[in-house]
Amino acid sequence: MGVLFESLSSRLESVWRRLRGRGRLTPQDVDEVLREVRLALLEADVHFKVAKDFIARVREKAVGDEVLASLSPAQQVVKIVHAELCALMGSTSARLASASQPPTIIMLCGLQGAGKTTFAAKLAGWLGRQGRHPLLVAADLQRPAAVEQLAINARQVNVPVVTPEPGDGPADVAARGVARAAALPADVVIVDTAGRSQADADLMAELRAIRDRIRPHEVLLVLDAMAGQDAVNVARGFAEGVGVDGVALTRLDSDARGGAALSVREVIDRPIKFAGTGERLDAIEPFHPERMASRILGMGDVLSLIERAEQAWDHSQAEKLQERVQKDGLTLEDFLEQMQALRRMGPLEQVLGMIPGLGQAMRSSKAQVDERELGHIEAMIRSMTGEERRRPEIIDASRRRRIAAGSGTQVADVNRLLRQFGEIRKLMRDVTQGRLPRGMPGLPGMPGMTGPPVGGRPPTHRRGKHRGR
Amino acid sequence: MADGVWGRMRAGLARARQGLLGRIAAAVSGHRTVSAGLLEELEGALLAADVGMPETMRLVGRLRELAAAGELFAEGVAATLRAEVARSLEGSSRPMRRAETPPSVVLLVGVNGSGKTTTAAKLAHALRGEGQRVLLGAADTFRAAAAEQLGIWAERAGVDMVRHAAGSDPSAVIYDAVAAARARGVDTVVCDTAGRLHNKANLMAELRKMVRVAGNACPGAPHEVLLVLDGSTGQNALVQAKVFTEAVGVTGLVLTKLDTSARGGIVLAVWRELGLPILWAGVGEGLEDLRPFDPEAFASALLGADGAGEPGYAEG
Repeated sequence: MGVLFESLSSRLESVWRRLRGRGRLTPQDVDEVLREVRLALLEADVHFKVAKDFIARVREKAVGDEVLASLSPAQQVVKIVHAELCALMGSTSARLASASQPPTIIMLCGLQGAGKTTFAAKLAGWLGRQGRHPLLVAADLQRPAAVEQLAINARQVNVPVVTPEPGDGPADVAARGVARAAALPADVVIVDTAGRSQADADLMAELRAIRDRIRPHEVLLVLDAMAGQDAVNVARGFAEGVGVDGVALTRLDSDARGGAALSVREVIDRPIKFAGTGERLDAIEPFHPERMASRILGMGDVLSLIERAEQAWDHSQAEKLQERVQKDGLTLEDFLEQMQALRRMGPLEQVLGMIPGLGQAMRSSKAQVDERELGHIEAMIRSMTGEERRRPEIIDASRRRRIAAGSGTQVADVNRLLRQFGEIRKLMRDVTQGRLPRGMPGLPGMPGMTGPPVGGRPPTHRRGKHRGR
Repeated sequence: MADGVWGRMRAGLARARQGLLGRIAAAVSGHRTVSAGLLEELEGALLAADVGMPETMRLVGRLRELAAAGELFAEGVAATLRAEVARSLEGSSRPMRRAETPPSVVLLVGVNGSGKTTTAAKLAHALRGEGQRVLLGAADTFRAAAAEQLGIWAERAGVDMVRHAAGSDPSAVIYDAVAAARARGVDTVVCDTAGRLHNKANLMAELRKMVRVAGNACPGAPHEVLLVLDGSTGQNALVQAKVFTEAVGVTGLVLTKLDTSARGGIVLAVWRELGLPILWAGVGEGLEDLRPFDPEAFASALLGADGAGEPGYAEG
């Protein structure tokens, strides 16, 4: 895939490398680095003024005795940029407001097409999984079939939904929803609203009318991660017009850098609380500002990865595997198993993007292997005998031909697989002997992620043939 | 454009602007020459309009050149910049292609939430206004109630629609819509598709199949593959345009939501980098709010031009 500019991560990664290569920083070095950082921020859609202020703050801290006199100037600049970025994003992951007297009322607002309706259903599903009893309210009476869309999604996440009665205005159905919560009972009410520009006076009046009727404990601004510079006007407009308590960032699974999130955080000083990470209705995560900052800086999102790995991982099985690998070495059988486990963790692209240092490697086209190729690898391994899988060294030319024929691949593909497997096996030996690659703590079972056989593209299992439902 | 759509778009901009013209006026006042401060103001304004760094540097560099050559003074900066933006977009608009033998097949593609469904309805309405017989194809079978949404629009526009059950193969909808269009003597069939992020390989493959199937159903189809681009999108729009073009041969853009405070400046880069023309602009939520793209007017609106007494402003 042709990406037209370097990602913020990769740009900074190269900057970090340059910094690492030097013993001491001159003010000129700092300026050179910060020019790169500014360009990267702009390419990431950070608002130009926010970027300017950010650069000024970092320069002030970086140029001066504190940094230049230190023994490890590069590390210190990294720390300053990272700390500033974290400061900009907010340092702790924020929680939803909670009413002292249920139900807690959450009201969504945002531009048309930001993803409010989908997010409403995702949030309801998420709260349900937390043991809460959510209720959805369809108060977008503007967009045709928005009510039907929310009703269908509500069914999919198994949450009750209140839809407008004839003659209802948006505030009426919102109030009806809150009243219904008491009867059900539901302890959280999520109100979807019509999307339009913050510059639209009618919409603002409608939102205020809803707000004044139901007195929400939390107003969430739903913002597209692909938004450009205007995000600051949008955020300011909704903050001034309705009052915003937090932000939900949608489409974080896109390849957009999401710099608008930084600007909005800075401009309205409200935390980002949730992230939408896919089309599936369970693709929602609490937003971790510090991890996001780390990810932007090319340090990878190690914490998120570990968390997700823990969910997808069978610990006892992983331990057994590790024991066996330590004793006998990795086999192609294990490799196949690991590949499948990895794919269970979610879209590969997402998982890989979270590993420090891999982000850049995966972006180079050589490392990109699409899902079909994973299928080929699986087919090749399945075309091997048990003996061959356990002792790949016995696979000679005639066996290679047979495996290729059996799996519908070329002998060259088999050769490549075996070569890569050899490298991985060697790496596994290193890993199990305690020489962990930086940033992959406690993940012994991820051999496939270190080399070309696994890469770039997301798996198709989120949807089947026709988007899988 | 008698009803001043661009004026409405401009009004949207004006509401949100710390307008360029105001800032330029401030920077210009008392100065005859083009100062570094003035150029920095221009740079900021272009960046804030999502024009992006490369195009911004090019435009500002051009002004700097003119100023250095003694051909540009402070008071002429706004008009010159507007002219340069319009010049950058020269040739960027064209009418829709028509099939020699009807039906013409138009596919709307894009990321989620960019405005495909609404644009499909508006486009059907516009073509019908030209006296064409139009059919809508509801090939977004994924998003809940997408076909219902398009159905309501189709009714409002007085246009027939072909749909299948939710979750069915979208390519089959395309095939049926095109076949129905041929059978019914329809002039243009406009197909809505499900929103998809360009970095989802499987979904892009699904879209490739839809394009292929359109061609099977009618030789030469699709005649237009229009990427619907949200005007408030940032620099990622360039990546979107590139990847969608590589995958399904996008033939042009529809720039939506220009009635918001966003300015859509990224189309400058999309036009320069990829040569994708901008066919239509979405300027409101009504059926009639789709207009042929006008580079001159877009340039004025992009820079927050204020119609009053501004030389060279084209009210469309």
